[in-house]
Amino acid sequence: MRRESGGRVDRSRTLRFRFDGQDYTGHPGDTLASALLAGGVRQVATSVKLGRPRGIFSAGSEEPNAVVQIEEPFPEPMLPATTVELYDGLVASSLPGQGRLATGPDPARYDAVHAHCDVLVVGAGPAGLAAARAAASTGARVILADEQPEPGGGLLGAWPADVVEGLLGAEWATATAAHLKALPEVRVLARTTVFGYYDDNYLVAVERRTNHLGAAAPAHVARERIWRIRARHVVLATGTHERPIAFAGNDLPGVMLAGSARTYLNRYGVLPGRRAVVFTADDSAYAAAFDLADAGVRVAAILDVRPSPGEALAREVAKRGIVLLAGHVVTAAQGDGQVASVQAGRHRPEADPAVAEHAFDADLLLVSGGWNPVVHLFSQSGGRLRFDETLGTLVPGDSRQAVEVAGAARGVDTLSGCLADGAAAGERALGGQAAAAAPPPVDVPTAGGQAFWLVPASDYAAHFVDMQRDVTVADLHRATGAGLRSVEHIKRYTTAGTAHDQGKTSGLLTTAAVAHALGERMGELGITTFRAPYLPVSFAALAGRDRGPLHDPVRVTALHDWHVANGALFENVGHWKRPWYYQRVLADGRLEDMETAVLRECRAAREGVAMMDASTLGKIDVIGPDAGEFLDRLYTNLMSSLAVGSIRYGVMCRPDGMVFDDGTVIRLAEDHFLLTTTTGNAAAVLDWMEEWLQTEWPSLRVYCTSVTEQWATVALVGPRSREVLAGLAPGLAVSTADFPFMTWREAEVAGIPARVCRISFSGELAFEINVTSWEVSRLWTAIMDSGMVTPYGTETMHVLRAEKGYPIVGQDTDGTVTPQDLGMSWVVSKKKADFIGKRSFSRADTVRAGRKQLVGLLPEDPDFLLPEGTQLVSTDVPATVGTVRGGAPPRTVPTLGHVTSSYRSAALGRTFALALVSGGQSRLGERLYAPVGDALVPVTVTSHVLYDPEGTRRDG
Amino acid sequence: MMLLIPCPWCGPRDEAEFHYGGQAHVAYPENPAALSDEEWARYLFFRDNPKGAFAERWSHSAGCRRWFNALRDTATNEIHAVYRVGEPRPVTS
Amino acid sequence: MTPRTPGADLPEHPDRLWSAAEPKASYDVVIVGAGGHGLATAYYLAKNHGITNVAVLERGWLAGGNMARNTTIIRSNYLWDESAGIYEHALKLWEDLEEELDYPLLFSQRGVLNLAHSLQDVRDSKRRVEANKLNGVDAEWLDPKQVKEVCPIVDISPDVRYPVLGATFQPRAGIAKHDHVAWGFARAAAALGVEFIEHCEVTGLRVTGGRVTGVDTPRGTIAAGRVALCAAGHTSVVAATAGIGLPLQSHPLQALVSELLEPVHPTVVMSNAVHVYVSQAHKGELVMGAGIDAANSYRQRGAFHIIERQMAAALELFPVFARAHVLRTWGGVVDVSPDASPIVGLAPVEGLYLNCGWGTGGFKATPGVGWCFAHTIAHGEPHPLNAPFSLDRFVTGALVDEHGAAAVAH
Repeated sequence: MRRESGGRVDRSRTLRFRFDGQDYTGHPGDTLASALLAGGVRQVATSVKLGRPRGIFSAGSEEPNAVVQIEEPFPEPMLPATTVELYDGLVASSLPGQGRLATGPDPARYDAVHAHCDVLVVGAGPAGLAAARAAASTGARVILADEQPEPGGGLLGAWPADVVEGLLGAEWATATAAHLKALPEVRVLARTTVFGYYDDNYLVAVERRTNHLGAAAPAHVARERIWRIRARHVVLATGTHERPIAFAGNDLPGVMLAGSARTYLNRYGVLPGRRAVVFTADDSAYAAAFDLADAGVRVAAILDVRPSPGEALAREVAKRGIVLLAGHVVTAAQGDGQVASVQAGRHRPEADPAVAEHAFDADLLLVSGGWNPVVHLFSQSGGRLRFDETLGTLVPGDSRQAVEVAGAARGVDTLSGCLADGAAAGERALGGQAAAAAPPPVDVPTAGGQAFWLVPASDYAAHFVDMQRDVTVADLHRATGAGLRSVEHIKRYTTAGTAHDQGKTSGLLTTAAVAHALGERMGELGITTFRAPYLPVSFAALAGRDRGPLHDPVRVTALHDWHVANGALFENVGHWKRPWYYQRVLADGRLEDMETAVLRECRAAREGVAMMDASTLGKIDVIGPDAGEFLDRLYTNLMSSLAVGSIRYGVMCRPDGMVFDDGTVIRLAEDHFLLTTTTGNAAAVLDWMEEWLQTEWPSLRVYCTSVTEQWATVALVGPRSREVLAGLAPGLAVSTADFPFMTWREAEVAGIPARVCRISFSGELAFEINVTSWEVSRLWTAIMDSGMVTPYGTETMHVLRAEKGYPIVGQDTDGTVTPQDLGMSWVVSKKKADFIGKRSFSRADTVRAGRKQLVGLLPEDPDFLLPEGTQLVSTDVPATVGTVRGGAPPRTVPTLGHVTSSYRSAALGRTFALALVSGGQSRLGERLYAPVGDALVPVTVTSHVLYDPEGTRRDG
Repeated sequence: MMLLIPCPWCGPRDEAEFHYGGQAHVAYPENPAALSDEEWARYLFFRDNPKGAFAERWSHSAGCRRWFNALRDTATNEIHAVYRVGEPRPVTS
Repeated sequence: MTPRTPGADLPEHPDRLWSAAEPKASYDVVIVGAGGHGLATAYYLAKNHGITNVAVLERGWLAGGNMARNTTIIRSNYLWDESAGIYEHALKLWEDLEEELDYPLLFSQRGVLNLAHSLQDVRDSKRRVEANKLNGVDAEWLDPKQVKEVCPIVDISPDVRYPVLGATFQPRAGIAKHDHVAWGFARAAAALGVEFIEHCEVTGLRVTGGRVTGVDTPRGTIAAGRVALCAAGHTSVVAATAGIGLPLQSHPLQALVSELLEPVHPTVVMSNAVHVYVSQAHKGELVMGAGIDAANSYRQRGAFHIIERQMAAALELFPVFARAHVLRTWGGVVDVSPDASPIVGLAPVEGLYLNCGWGTGGFKATPGVGWCFAHTIAHGEPHPLNAPFSLDRFVTGALVDEHGAAAVAH
């Protein structure tokens, strides 16, 4: 219940929320957990496997139990109630171990920020604040990140009455943070959890920016932000987690970590119970007992496993009239759905089962097995952890990275010690010293704690180690009984440590229980690895803004708007949006289907004139005295012999002899070439050229520059293309004699300076007109204004080139195809001593008969369109697919190849296809079968050049 | 991973700016035609894969676009040295 | 008591698994690496070939490498005949493996969707489906609507950056629980006499006169008639001790899981184009694989931007995942070959056998490769199903290029 006063909540304001259908209230400064405790809620969740009631066990992000589902304002699964800041209108419900996703899209925004700093301090408790202040005092760039909404760490709960520099601890924290915030080079990030620590001091944090505002969160502010921080030096002041103890019934609601109970009282003004028993192996729980007793909680007894707690403590206990049973343990917590009574007995260190000798009525059982430094990030940094036998826990050792650990996170357990340790770490950070240089803690641990993990018993079925996964000590015994010795195996056998909390409180307890069972020392068993993230991070935060249209860059040409306005549908090619075909409105108002549109576009190109936006072709400018030599080494054919003013088609192979890319090379001057690449490969080809130039042939004097974006290209295609061009470029001699195939001219086209190339990817008379991207719109419009020209898209381009047997790299090739396989031996130079790929052509497999070769296919039914990807077989006996379990083994049928391209051809008046077929060139005229659905479609193998094999049309 | 790679031309930059190029110092053979199929296969497909010091190529592809070499420990990801193409592999202790 | 949460009741492991052994002076066969492949190989050596004087040596804990780190996807819908052969053999073994090993493997044939996002993806996908059918592998091409029927949470709207244009579907594909698989093989092999020696790293191969004679370990030299490498990412390191270079590069590969969630994802979805593969495991966690790091590394730790990229891609396909949380990320070290296909067969040293280069795809092959590799070791020559995966293919050029088919854009 809520106290009248005390704590850091703002009682002047009331927040309404709903949990499991019941309405409750709380205050700003509450977590859902503190507000539930204030509202008297004991059971907050149900265990996943055994269905046991579970309450609130801690007050922080280590919470293993109280995991809830947020329902409103937007569903979010599996949040520890101890980490949910209360807001007005929050609706949450208890969970039986599984969360629930929303069914609709998340309306929130997310983003990410890169940050660099001299010192990153993680944790704004006393050590962290002192470290940040020391580092910042020199003007260094400092980032201080803390997961809580306000700074202070332990000062908010554990050390509420301590005075630092004349101020109460929490006030000192607020003042120090304010001082830091005012410094120009310091950034203080609240509600920010550093969750990942990668190489070279790269750390990743998530800032929860609007979660705590609920429905009032402004839509334009990112809900969560990822901080990608590169720090010269890191100070980890990540504090500690209190250790649980395993005993019978230790999972009941009402069992709580002692320090957490203290936090509920001191920070939230909430009493987590009325009648308490304290079970401890550590001095710190006494402070919790005293705080609670002083606040009116009836503390029935303190059971201290140690034989003789200190005299000072005993005096304080006596002063409050609390029963102190030294050398005693809890033998069982009992109750129906929550703690009602606590059984206790003498601790017998020889591992005999303890016997209940006392019983106390209690609704709250505080537990402290001591404290574990939070070493997760340090371990992630690559730092070595050491098992400290005195502390009975893991402490940071050395790390290769520029990091050190300060304060409680390395075992310092007094406030003054943490302040001094933090300040020293902050100063050292600026010196850039490695962690190894850090002196031992100024304050040697004095808690006088005794590592104590579990109460020996004859039956361990209710000694829980992992309350999220319902794993008991008995389960661990079953695992060791099965022969397992490695903690990793035992974890996997039992699933301990795999839940939402990733074993923050259960990990070492598991190791301790296993060590106990095997009679080994904890330090020898080893530990499981700490992995990122330290706390669960939402998918959406990690995705950030790379969603929807921003998921990957979209590249469009300078003519894109025209294409959109004129009915183009688009195809994704690499990052580009390319017009696929243009859909016209038919006379009856319906839209053309794709087949009709493509046939129309094809007919225009073959019979009249058509044009395509070819601007996406990669364009690389190659200049230098050795440019010709360089291209000779890259292309399979000879390029240095190309005359200035001429153009040559070329193929590039990888060193393994397989086709990598193709395109045209035009020679602009003796030392100057411009080459084109396929759209999707433009960047890869430039990378390829630069790699060879820089790493293999640095002596070649050549520079390569991408000019893809600078030049826009319009392909004007068809028997009447010359006529259109002549009309727009009166100064250009366009006759075949004046402007032969595979040459280029400079001219003004529609008044725009242009480079016009006589290149054809369709077999028709064609011109590629290149102008600057700025002016292409004017050129395009001028051509359209001729009234003769039909725009076409990539699909028509594909049909036209396929009719001519021109392969598309990536469609008719797949990384296993040589130029020879494509029927292009003519493009492979016999003269050159070497070029990339040449040596591979003489390997056993590349000279093998029966390689797959590009051929044409004509379905015997001229109206049948083979699906692309269809396989080809020589038999008309169908294969049987072996889907029936236990049935006869399927008969497999060897494939001869597959259909790479398949179209309906206006020019041929029928369907046709290109295919890669084993020994294809020697099968011309042969009948093969294509399994399509349940049918075997007979096809005839032909040459891959089906249209105008004599090349009569290219000059118009 | 998430390395901070000291580009010899630009200074330390985030790993995401770089393109990896595998083992360094694997020269294109002088005369491929003179090689046996086995020797050619070695060039094509076989690269060292040590656990420890590895001389490797990087390209600062989103920066100066220059290739350079690095000596990195593949067991720890520590970069011991970076050096320019054509320079010999540095001797490190 | 509240009703138990679906999936909370994973079947219990048996009361008895295996016992750690101390190394003997010699064995007929020493297997290097107690991952899934090493364990399956040991089992089939004993079961199919009666070779039981076998030790499996492991540098860490049994099945603690990639076997413990993969995303457990099982499928056989590979493009090339050679791949389909060995993966389909594996899938058939998977279908009877729970019975064979008498172990609950949580083998769930919930199907695998491989999404297509571009017209070329569609062509490649259909090509693979048709090739699968000829190889007796169940495969279907689904249009976007059918994809939605199989997996209702996939966003098939056409206005996303890379719309789903369809998918291949292999209904017999699915997932299994990796630890259970490893332990099932280990327990069954142990029962046949195979010994497992953990924390026993092989630091050297002993070779005399071109023939392997044993292995060096920190716990002494162990003589062996035959030595079989199943060391995944560390294969190069072990092979190098005998002067053997292999066409392998080791890279970190990351994966991650979410918290436990109510069932939303009934199948397995893979997308090469946007680099996502995701399933929802039995307990309810989303299991996702990320891309591999480009740079060689033996640290089981990948770069964080790969995870961020992965999440962005996942949300493109599955907007409902937005507020799921990443609970844990981890990395393995995978050995990648030039053609993305494994190397399974003889080594340049007599008595030494290679099983490596599985890259990102080794788990699904576990029983199949165990079967074939055991045959190879027992007979001194490859099983017909792994014969195409010889080391020699890099000399002849007869690669089994599984990534080539999707590697080039136009």
